[in-house]
Amino acid sequence: MHLALFPNGWAHYLVGGLTIGTGVALLYVLTGLVGGMSTVYSSTWSYVVRGPFFQQAKLVNSRQWRLAYAAGLMLGALVWWMTSERASRVAVTISPLQLFVGGLLVGYGARLSRGCTSGHGICGLASLGRPSLLAVLTFMATAFLTANLVGRVAGT
Amino acid sequence: MSRTASSLPAATATSRVPVRAITVLASALAAGALFGFGLSYSTMIRPDVVLSFLRFRDLGLLLVLGGAVVVTFVAYQFAPRLMRQPLFGGAFGQHESVMDRATIVGAAIFGIGWGLCGVCPGPAIAGLGAGSWELGYAIAGIALGALVQGLTARENAGAKA
Repeated sequence: MHLALFPNGWAHYLVGGLTIGTGVALLYVLTGLVGGMSTVYSSTWSYVVRGPFFQQAKLVNSRQWRLAYAAGLMLGALVWWMTSERASRVAVTISPLQLFVGGLLVGYGARLSRGCTSGHGICGLASLGRPSLLAVLTFMATAFLTANLVGRVAGT
Repeated sequence: MSRTASSLPAATATSRVPVRAITVLASALAAGALFGFGLSYSTMIRPDVVLSFLRFRDLGLLLVLGGAVVVTFVAYQFAPRLMRQPLFGGAFGQHESVMDRATIVGAAIFGIGWGLCGVCPGPAIAGLGAGSWELGYAIAGIALGALVQGLTARENAGAKA
């Protein structure tokens, strides 16, 4: 077992993280909005689902900027793709079923918890929110367990 | 402390609505673009990189999260103290988190899904922009999961809003 903490280097991780933080900070300084990412998956349903949960003011009133924020995510990734040395797209090697089932749990869990890696992880920790810290420790723990278990079963 | 947009005087609010709506959308697009570029640059849009973190083979994700938290922390702490209001008007919001069962149970379920596929809500969307169309499967799952959560939410019974 080798003990390299960052076998692929570390600078790109740090620079990328600082860039992400700059985006979240910019949104706040310009508009006062707190930009987690998982709410867009609920707020967008408010366009078509009439139930009282989806018609809450906090979903309806934020659905436009959240979609613009999501469009920005894709735009930023596109810019990176076009300007990086990488000629081909980033192909995903995880199976479609695994992506879909994992996604189901990710979507249900993040919305029940009212936050994900960006909502609790970035915005919540930066606000020194104790519930968010507990949420981050919880999802890190269950993710470590699941990923290692799946890896062991798959024999990789 | 007035921290909600509705605390603006009514007249000011109505006369500013169209301009504010446009500046907010443009700001969200620009901020999102930085976010998406950062996610791509740090390879967080690759599920295999996230999974290798979760299996303790590459701790890079901690640097990404740490870097993002530090910059955001500075903005969240100092902007409301140094500025009367955000540059384009409105009021500084606050991250809401509640210490209750749903926060913890939801986080536990989220983690299981994340550990299974290596995809979380932001990178799923960003990855599409870098041509990783396979992430559409994850987005479909996340959207369906969010729908089920909303339809079964307790708030449905006594919705106040």
